[in-house]
Amino acid sequence: MIDLVWLIPLFPAVGFLFNGLIGKWLDLDKRVVGSVACLALGLSFLFSILIFFSLLKLPPEARAAVPDKVLFDWIVSGDLKTVIGYKVDPLSIVMALVVSGVSFFIHVYSVGYMHDDPGFTRYFAYLNLFVFMMLTLVLANNFLLMFVGWEGVGLCSYLLIGFWFDRDAPANAGKKAFVVNRVGDFGFLLGIFLIFANLGTLGFNEVFAKAPSLDTVTVTLITLMLFVGAAGKSAQIPLYVWLPDAMEGPTPVSSLIHAATMVTSGVYMIARCHLLYSMAPISMAVVAIVGAATALYAASMGLLQFDIKRVLAYSTISQLGYMFLAVGVGAFSAGIFHLMTHAFFKGLLFLGAGSVMHAMSGELDMRRMGGIWRRVPITFVTFLVATLAIAGIPGFSGFFSKDEILWQAFSSTHGHVYLWVVGAVAAGMTAFYMFRLLFVTFLGQCRASEEVRKHIHESPPIMTIPLMVLALLSVIGGYVGIPHILGGRNFFHEFLAPVLGGLPEGTGHTAFSLVRPVFASGGAAVGSGVNMELLLMGVSVAVAIIGISIAFYLYIWKTEVPKRLGERFKTIYTIVFNKYYVDEIYEACFVNSTKKLGTFLWRRFDDGVVDRSVNLVADLMLWLGSVLRRIQTGYVQSYALGIILGAVIIIIFLIR
Amino acid sequence: MPASVTPLYFFIVSALIFAIGAAGVLIRRNAIVVFMSIEMMLSAVNLTFIAASHYLNSLDGVLMVFFVMTVAAAEAAVGLGIFVLLFRGRKTIRVDEINLLKW
Repeated sequence: MIDLVWLIPLFPAVGFLFNGLIGKWLDLDKRVVGSVACLALGLSFLFSILIFFSLLKLPPEARAAVPDKVLFDWIVSGDLKTVIGYKVDPLSIVMALVVSGVSFFIHVYSVGYMHDDPGFTRYFAYLNLFVFMMLTLVLANNFLLMFVGWEGVGLCSYLLIGFWFDRDAPANAGKKAFVVNRVGDFGFLLGIFLIFANLGTLGFNEVFAKAPSLDTVTVTLITLMLFVGAAGKSAQIPLYVWLPDAMEGPTPVSSLIHAATMVTSGVYMIARCHLLYSMAPISMAVVAIVGAATALYAASMGLLQFDIKRVLAYSTISQLGYMFLAVGVGAFSAGIFHLMTHAFFKGLLFLGAGSVMHAMSGELDMRRMGGIWRRVPITFVTFLVATLAIAGIPGFSGFFSKDEILWQAFSSTHGHVYLWVVGAVAAGMTAFYMFRLLFVTFLGQCRASEEVRKHIHESPPIMTIPLMVLALLSVIGGYVGIPHILGGRNFFHEFLAPVLGGLPEGTGHTAFSLVRPVFASGGAAVGSGVNMELLLMGVSVAVAIIGISIAFYLYIWKTEVPKRLGERFKTIYTIVFNKYYVDEIYEACFVNSTKKLGTFLWRRFDDGVVDRSVNLVADLMLWLGSVLRRIQTGYVQSYALGIILGAVIIIIFLIR
Repeated sequence: MPASVTPLYFFIVSALIFAIGAAGVLIRRNAIVVFMSIEMMLSAVNLTFIAASHYLNSLDGVLMVFFVMTVAAAEAAVGLGIFVLLFRGRKTIRVDEINLLKW
């Protein structure tokens, strides 16, 4: 069964070829196109489940040692030997399950959401291609094939952000996403080159087997380069700017690519390379700090946005920051756990936002919504579930994963109490802005125009059923990883342990303990263990509840207060509302200077040097021709003279 | 043939005729005269062939002369045809007035 792993990415590839080549050509019915796309994903999901269960049947220690399924040699050149091969272990199968499962439900939802779009066939072709690339990324058994998937999802992201390419904003957003991702991919590629230069191989098994021979500097450099790639793809500081703009794409795309799957591939990649990262404490610290900073920073930007998809976009960046915080403190399985639960509830939030847009005639600004919960009950309830999950309310999936990350940030040897504080504050902000979104969108007075108000309606079942399934997963998804402290059994960690190792132990030096021994994190607090963990859990729940209460106070109870506060703190409000002017700063520093360099090279170098030298040669030839053509007089006798003189010269030369 | 007549005399005469012919080709303007000059050059070559053939006791030169004469006859036919057509078109057969083949 496990040998059939190659079928998982094959189905979406076939779906892509069918819809992309034949579907457009034959002008197939929308029902056929949608069914093929969903069927491809359904089969993929089915095989992921089957392989997952056959993996479960193996004893735990054998699960990580399943031989790779090598299909064929890909590139064999000199020392480089790369195969098309798939790796089955608990980590990759968890990712395959999340990707194919969430993709399947989003495909079903898309059939309803995109029903009236003229680009229906193109949309599903791209979406299937995306899933194929994403599954290639998570199942690859070497860095190069992973990079193919990595670039492939970037391409699909570009194509789908700019899906409505006849409008300026989506086309520009697509370009921005692509260009920013190139910066990250460049780092990733350098990391791969460094690995190959130092270890002479790119297969995961071989690299990780040989990794202990690397010295600390090299491994730090490699991991930092890989992290640059991860920061680009997963929208971390400073490369996060593309993700909010990516919301110009169709909403199910935002849900699938820019919330649930593609943007988490950076986290997956770091978890996959956890052996390398464990050898490089400085890189771990960088990952953790960038993750925590992003979590807080993005959450603060989400506080004031009015576009519901933008709020969710900043929330995604913030949650990705959490995942990086987790892997940065060595809690790799906690990062993957949050990746999974986040895929459920954030995917659901976006689909819910899409459903709201569907109801509100495409409206995105929450200031023109409100009070619609009676008209869209299923959307409202599922949205509420997801909001509770992301806010970290006990009992919902987000609580388990987020709390575990916070605890690890505090207690792990790689962690630090400040990381915990930042994470907890960000959690409070998350609770606040998510409930602000919920309250302003669904409750209170309806502020939509008469025209829109008349048309408010619940989405068709093909859209609401995926919402309900994801809502169910958002609740129960967390119960596979109940902390021991609450008397549960952490199945998720136990399942991933053969790959990622147990939770980090208190051994070895870390960047933090080297730099600041006094504050050597909560490592010391592990002694007081159980109570501390419960206390922190209580604190994070309390923070979430405080956030919700503030949201309730400001947006339900005293709705005039936010405006007064905005006027009181006008400077801060303006700065945060304009997203700290980062886009403008980037525009001024990087975009414009690149443009200037481009203009300079165009005007001075290309026009001035290359073109001019080419023209010079041409002009020289013209001049030479104009002189030499005088020889061609047209008089037969002058030619005859030439012949005779030539003959005489040759004869003189010969008889001498 | 007297023994004092050496091949050198023949060669000198033929060289002179050849040179006169070449000069005629280069300086005369009437195409017919140019053509006659070419015939003179061919005749000079024929004379050389015959003389050499005689003194070397070989028939190779004589054979060659037949070829040259055949070619000269054919060439005269073609050349005169060209001149007739040229005259019809341009009302002249002066070679200095026929200079179309240039830039």
